Amino acid sequence: MAQRGIREYDAKRLLAGFLPQYLNEFSYKGDLALVGPETDLEELASTHPWLKTARLVVKPDQLFGKRGKHGLVLLDADWDRAKKFLQEKMGALVAVGDITGRLSHFLIEPFIPHIEELYVAISSNSDGDNIFFSMQGGVFVEENWDKVVRFHVDVLAGIDGVDIKSRLPKDLGEKSTAVDNFIKALWRFYAETGFSYLEINPFTFHNGSIVPLDMVAKLDDAEEYWQRKRWSGLAFPEPFGRSLSKEELFIKDLDSKTGASLKLTILNPEGRVWTMVAGGGASVIYADTICDLGFAKEMANYGEYSGDPNTEETYYYTRTILDLMTRHIDPRGKMLLIGGAIANFTDVAKTFKGVVVALEEYQQKLQDAGVKIYVRRGGPNYEQGLKLMRSLGRRLGVPIEVYGPETHMTRIVPLALDGAST
Amino acid sequence: MSPNYVLFDRNTKAFVYGYQTNAIQRMLDFDYICNRPDPSISAIINPSRAGIHKAFWGSKEIIIPMYRSISLAAKAYPEADVMVNFASHRSAFDTTMEALAEENIRVVAVIAEGVPERQSRIMSATAKKQGKIIIGPATVGGMTAGAFRIGNTAGTIENIIASKLYRPGCVGFVSKSGGMLNEAFNIISRNSDGVYEGVAIGGDRYPGSTMLDHILRYEENPAIKMIACLGELGGEDEYRIISALKEGKIKKPLVAWVTGTCSPVLPASVQFGHAGAKADTHKETAQAKNDAFSEAGAYVPTSFDGYGDSVRQVYETLLSQGVVLPLIEPEAPKIPADYSKALASGDIRKPTTFICTISDDSGEEVLYAGKKLSAVMDEKMGIGGVIGLLWFKKELPDYAAGFIELVLQIVADHGPAVSGAHNAIVASCAGKDLISSLCSGLLTIGPRFGGAIDDAAREFKHAKEADLTPEQFVSDMKRKGINIPGIGHKIKSVKNPDKRVQLLISYARANFPSTELLNYALLVEELTTAKKGNLILNVDGCIGILFLDLMTSCGAFSKAEIDEVVRLGYLNGLFALGRSIGLIGHILDQKRLGSRLYRHPAEDIAYIMPSPEDIKCKR
Repeated sequence: MAQRGIREYDAKRLLAGFLPQYLNEFSYKGDLALVGPETDLEELASTHPWLKTARLVVKPDQLFGKRGKHGLVLLDADWDRAKKFLQEKMGALVAVGDITGRLSHFLIEPFIPHIEELYVAISSNSDGDNIFFSMQGGVFVEENWDKVVRFHVDVLAGIDGVDIKSRLPKDLGEKSTAVDNFIKALWRFYAETGFSYLEINPFTFHNGSIVPLDMVAKLDDAEEYWQRKRWSGLAFPEPFGRSLSKEELFIKDLDSKTGASLKLTILNPEGRVWTMVAGGGASVIYADTICDLGFAKEMANYGEYSGDPNTEETYYYTRTILDLMTRHIDPRGKMLLIGGAIANFTDVAKTFKGVVVALEEYQQKLQDAGVKIYVRRGGPNYEQGLKLMRSLGRRLGVPIEVYGPETHMTRIVPLALDGAST
Repeated sequence: MSPNYVLFDRNTKAFVYGYQTNAIQRMLDFDYICNRPDPSISAIINPSRAGIHKAFWGSKEIIIPMYRSISLAAKAYPEADVMVNFASHRSAFDTTMEALAEENIRVVAVIAEGVPERQSRIMSATAKKQGKIIIGPATVGGMTAGAFRIGNTAGTIENIIASKLYRPGCVGFVSKSGGMLNEAFNIISRNSDGVYEGVAIGGDRYPGSTMLDHILRYEENPAIKMIACLGELGGEDEYRIISALKEGKIKKPLVAWVTGTCSPVLPASVQFGHAGAKADTHKETAQAKNDAFSEAGAYVPTSFDGYGDSVRQVYETLLSQGVVLPLIEPEAPKIPADYSKALASGDIRKPTTFICTISDDSGEEVLYAGKKLSAVMDEKMGIGGVIGLLWFKKELPDYAAGFIELVLQIVADHGPAVSGAHNAIVASCAGKDLISSLCSGLLTIGPRFGGAIDDAAREFKHAKEADLTPEQFVSDMKRKGINIPGIGHKIKSVKNPDKRVQLLISYARANFPSTELLNYALLVEELTTAKKGNLILNVDGCIGILFLDLMTSCGAFSKAEIDEVVRLGYLNGLFALGRSIGLIGHILDQKRLGSRLYRHPAEDIAYIMPSPEDIKCKR
């Protein structure tokens, strides 16, 4: 559970769909079309007839900014030009900052000719939300940050008592009432639709009403239960440049079906140091220790399992990791760290049962890949769990070193890596 | 009233929201080993049931009241000022706000993960406004050594004893991670005199109370001599601690470490296990925070591995300065082992009071006399085969199982007029339910109705074994004045033979290896029917006698086993079982017909009263 970016397409869809509930005069229709790798453009044009009649804007919609600067925005084009642009760019490899990825999703919307570019953003912190407004929006907002007005909205008091109008720039003139109403409505929409960040940069006035031109948003995915109606059909795409592997998707799917937590990120599939650590806190410390000891490049994965997963879940989790780590043979051998802190309520013996079944299944492959296993864990039933691991070592013909709470949590990291450096 | 910096002491009373029986028992066990005067849980709040919950206090059992709502519990127990909230992420907000609205509740620990950020912020701001404290969400909670634990904090009793949490040390600890709390207790207990109090604020972005909130409490508490904290990349909470250090608000030595130093070498998109663990700016990275801590005068190890060493270094300095006095270790307490756990680990044994040798439901599949139910089905053993397994613990030959089924079919019913069916019908008409009416019928079975099978088997077997001639047997019984069981029928006779008996005999002759006892009984019948036409071998007698023939000749039974069958009276069971089919039929029949109460007609009763003289007692 965390803050997750959404597509501009979805952000604008939410805005068009629900802001009018807070702002009668908001007439933005939300003419939006999302193009993915599988989209049939002719069919899209038949369900979105304005595509063939309006002047269009086309831009990638994959959670990265500064698209204009990278020459990825097509402005004021007709449908044929847009299609050509899409055919050229779809699947293209582009570098954005340090990250390289393939273009896969584009947003098409009507082109709005404009001069005025206004800026509004809302972010949250522990005591409330901050609303930022500037008349110098667009790409220049950062260089003109001193012109940005900030309004603080207390988390309990809400926006009712906040004086916005008198603090808006005088240059807004008669538009200040409209902007005042828009900001107040936008905050209510933000608070009641599960947002944790929202930026419209820029928006403009078109025929007297407000139109968002460019939008970035994050939602708090923990709100899913309350927002299931408003969020229906909404997706949380992976960050740009990152596509999930089959194995990561499998664990993600497993995670979504259980009250326990199961996480896996593959960092370097050919790395020699693999971890299977229980606990969100402990897993970070294991990763830290591996890096501290100079093995960052050999660290194959980050992951954690916690919240008392059942035997079946730990079996699938272990099997996924064993499968990945035994695919490439490295003559220097590999290390698997089955680590964890002293659990509060997770039954160690029960979780290890699933681990043991998977290890037995991969006996031959583990031997072939020269895997050494290091275990450290404590908590309910840990004696039994560790005993299970020790007796497995004797059966399996794979070296397994097993430690309990008497050994420092990360002690197995240097033990494993000492072997690795020789 | 304890000072504000004290959240929990040895008299703290709490509510547990949610029927978390394991966590409840863990809290009570902790109270018990801390020698608290009484349990820390005043009441359980369980929205689906009010009543009581039974739990252990040491080896004794106690009762904890259970209420449906927070306000009812709060009214009944105004001394409880803590609520341990196990509500799910869906109801954590509503229940916490409800608890905050109660004047007496001043600390709420929210365990649920996945509470929305806006809800967390509202809970937190509400609590702050009221001068109350929220621990969590997304945490195991926290504990004050020797005084009070929240839910599952510090895990098992063994761990609590290993980390000496049953008595206070001098270290105040706070972390984000609940999972690391126990590990920290362990590290601290190995490198100092142990923890005074430890709290995990939870890994969310907006925890209800911050690490600084707790550190400032530790600073104020004179019993705490040093503070340890374990932060995480992401967020700015650590910088609030650093500012407080710089401003001199924290004077006690502080050991600090921020985890997540690996993040610069990982792809930016990796989301660590905690929702808040993501550095959005350089300032939020673990390195930057560790450097800032160090610069502000905290004791910062070079890696997490050195955390214990830093704790030890500070503790030993305090000891040498006389700030901390050497602790006189109290005796480690004991808690009775949980019976089921001790049994599972093989630590204890206990003679059982109950033995079962016919079936076993403790495994994945029920066993009949050791045989899997699915095998019973696969082998089509039928009712006769099942009776063989459950009554005799034998896989009977097919013809024997077939005989049992034949008996059951034959005795299944004999019309509504026989006493058993009659009684069942009368009971049913009186409005009794199926089972009561069935019992009424079954209770009628006895020596004169259906219950002569065992007696007949016993007497004929006895006579045969004593080598009595049929004549000797008949005259012997006559001399004793006993009617021969299994002989005689109310309406059937030589001329009007009982078809049921004929069926049984022809099955036996066709299938049994031998029918020796039957042959003997038929000789006896010749003698008795010569005296009176209705003194035939009746169905009870025939079943009992043939069953003995079956057992003797089929080879599956030893003599001792046959004796036991007769002695224990197995065979009346055949009648009771078979006839139950008919009795149930009659009862259902009456119910379908909607029969009214049966009253025996008065003209069918001869009323003959004793005379007044007859009833007078002689003085």
